[in-house]
Amino acid sequence: MHARPLRAALAVACALVAGPAPGDPAPPLRVCADPDNLPFSNQRGEGFENRIAEVVAKDLGVPLSYFWWPHQRGLVRRTLGEDRCDVLVGIPRDFGPVLATKAYYRTTYVIVSRPELGIRSLDDPALKRLRIGVHLDTPPWAALGERGLMANVRGYPLMFDWRDSDGTRRPAKVLEDLRDGAMDVAIVWGPMAGWFAKKNALRLAIVPVPDGGRTPMSFEISMGVRKSDAALKARLEGAIDRQGAEIEKVLADYGVPVVAAKGAPP
Amino acid sequence: MRRAPALAGLLASILPCAAHANDEILKLSKDDGQWVTPSKNYASTRYSSLAQITTRNVGKLKEAWSFATGALRGHEGQPLVVGTTMYVHSAYPNYIYALDLTREGAPILWQYTPKQDDRAVPVACCDLVHRGINYADGKILFSTLDGQVIALEAATGKELWKVRNADPAKGETMTMAGLVVKDKYIVGVSGGEFGIRGFVAAYDIHDGRQVWKAYSMGPDEDVKLAADFNRANPHYGQAGQGTQTWPGEQWKMGGGSTWGWYSYDPELNLLYHSTGNPGTWNPTPRKGDDKWSMTIFARDPDTGMARWGYQMTPWDAWDYDGINEHVLVDLTVKGKPVKALVHFDRNGFAYTLDRTNGTLLVAEPFVYVNWAKGIDLKTGRPIEDPAKRTKEGEDTKDICPCAMGGKDQQPSSFSPKTKLFYLGTNNMCMNYEGVDVKYTAGAPYVGANVLMMPGRGGHLGEFIAWDATTGKKAWGIKEPYPVWSGALTTAGDLAFYGTMDGWFKAVDARNGKLLWKRKLASGIIGNPITYLGPDKKQYVAVYSGVGGWFGLPVAAHLPGHDPYGALGAVGIAYKSGLDKATSVGGTLHVFAVESDRTAVSSR
Repeated sequence: MHARPLRAALAVACALVAGPAPGDPAPPLRVCADPDNLPFSNQRGEGFENRIAEVVAKDLGVPLSYFWWPHQRGLVRRTLGEDRCDVLVGIPRDFGPVLATKAYYRTTYVIVSRPELGIRSLDDPALKRLRIGVHLDTPPWAALGERGLMANVRGYPLMFDWRDSDGTRRPAKVLEDLRDGAMDVAIVWGPMAGWFAKKNALRLAIVPVPDGGRTPMSFEISMGVRKSDAALKARLEGAIDRQGAEIEKVLADYGVPVVAAKGAPP
Repeated sequence: MRRAPALAGLLASILPCAAHANDEILKLSKDDGQWVTPSKNYASTRYSSLAQITTRNVGKLKEAWSFATGALRGHEGQPLVVGTTMYVHSAYPNYIYALDLTREGAPILWQYTPKQDDRAVPVACCDLVHRGINYADGKILFSTLDGQVIALEAATGKELWKVRNADPAKGETMTMAGLVVKDKYIVGVSGGEFGIRGFVAAYDIHDGRQVWKAYSMGPDEDVKLAADFNRANPHYGQAGQGTQTWPGEQWKMGGGSTWGWYSYDPELNLLYHSTGNPGTWNPTPRKGDDKWSMTIFARDPDTGMARWGYQMTPWDAWDYDGINEHVLVDLTVKGKPVKALVHFDRNGFAYTLDRTNGTLLVAEPFVYVNWAKGIDLKTGRPIEDPAKRTKEGEDTKDICPCAMGGKDQQPSSFSPKTKLFYLGTNNMCMNYEGVDVKYTAGAPYVGANVLMMPGRGGHLGEFIAWDATTGKKAWGIKEPYPVWSGALTTAGDLAFYGTMDGWFKAVDARNGKLLWKRKLASGIIGNPITYLGPDKKQYVAVYSGVGGWFGLPVAAHLPGHDPYGALGAVGIAYKSGLDKATSVGGTLHVFAVESDRTAVSSR
């Protein structure tokens, strides 16, 4: 894959143009990214978080460097905590272990099904007789439990290890099962669904799970830095403000379903 | 200096069909000069008839020698002494050493480092601990954090076979000691947090072939329910409930891991083990009893078939993992002699059951408990306080005991002299708080915040003596930290235990009077043992090395700013001052009473 060296070269070139004087190279934007978790990121730079990192680094006029670590248990401790990198590109704004920037988009868990099924809510009576695939411990998992709908629910692991060759344990498995007819409905995190439908050119109804229950379904997404790193937070927020349109374009490219902020009109 | 056991092991390896390994273990475990199985004997009493060290001379106990394991995470478990060799293990990366007790300073005979998959590290729940190794038939048998079961030649450390029992890529790890029964090494699995389905499996000690595997939930053939399962107590649950007590197919990720201590009654030919909390963590989507999570099982070790099963905590909502030890003793309860099984559960209740058929005889709280008002002896079910049942999205305050339990895995000891049980306990409560946004692999999800705090009285632990026939505490010694070490009792009327801040203590087993204490290199979460050296002198040995769930923040240098870190341990561990009381370590300490003669032997 030649895309990444090209982008890296571009980043360096930009740094030369916009960075500080020669002989005093700007320290890079050190991003903590998952090495193999599309549509978010991968080591080839193919994810939308890779793209957003590039947009931000370019705006700040610094080169971009990565520390690759799977976004699993111990993520913050092994990345920001050990000073291997400085920024997590996409984390929920309320994620406790980090200092979050202002949110730069909001997305949601979505109900994915064939359009003719017309499922628009978790209270649709049809869900009682349909096969539903959901990631374990996610808000829709809990919401289905509250509705007593677990009899038809299959749980899929959300945590996975990128070195595991067992593809059935990857988060996309639930969407593959929907595509292949093994599931009627998948209720998953919006960016996964939007990208899967777009990549496979599938005609699927992707409907936000309505908020309002005990557990939130939509989340604001921010960048995360160390709690002590208020200066970097401010720099990132500057870039987010200046590059809003660029970031929106990247999200649209990947089919990320962006929803309005809570309380705002849809 | 080599004694008979080595010869017995040799014979057994020449004649693998002539005698079962447990005949050898039964014989060896009767010799209190040795410590050949993790809990001292199949009954798991952790009691020794050795009486050179007594209440009178224990004040002169001195460290004879010590040995650094080379690992610096929590050191649970205990070494073994077989013949004149001591077998020592460590926390991850699970080093194994054979030390020669016949030579001064106990030099290393051999050392073995298992090759491990480091994917196991991030999925290990509560520190990278290991609870010990087994000896049988001239072999050392143990498991690794990354899920391998390995047999080494005891004399040389040569690897004889290894097989995979658990898969860290699926969230499965191994931390238990397991148990050799007959020609099988019986082990389980950790990882109840990751949507696994727990099981126990038996491996042929000669070649590592899996002989049987019994799941904690699912169809009866998977759980291996015998035809007469629960015949004496049908109300405990019967055939079909391993799936029927779960919505839909939720049993497929039902948890029920099996990382605790196992016991065996050779006369009844029953293996006793229990299962942990049901998965996934949020109780709402798995509404129902979730059988057979949180269950004490009695199984035929030859086939794995379950003869009875008693579930302690139906539809768990507190993480009261049911995996603690089972001590098999003959007691007189309400005037009747009974073959008893005594189990101190995380849920705060001490259970005395008839181990022949599972009948519940006594169930009383051994710590302050408020999630249930008691256990109904007729139905076997807890009488819950509905206000203390946790729910996602709601704050449930002041639940006692906390998720770490009235006690965690730290095994108890039973002294036939006093007829009392001795155990370290926790005195902590918890708030199970609201909606907590977490994040993994690109997606936010929602978990609970668990905040732990001191229980009534403000101390975090207590070492207690317990009468299992009446369900009453005889005496207790309050400790500033949870008592996370096991207990040892001896015919010298002594009870030994260690504290999280590193004090190794000997108390009078009759009244709890402190007779001796020594501050060790690091906090103690290991289990003391005693044995006779080749010099016929009694020694007491224990690991130091702080860690475990409570000690993890110190063992792993976790940052202190997030009180909910390490599943709620960070806040209370730092608040208690543990990081100032001790530091990381991994050392075996061996003690003896200093005689008038010089301690240097002439060998």
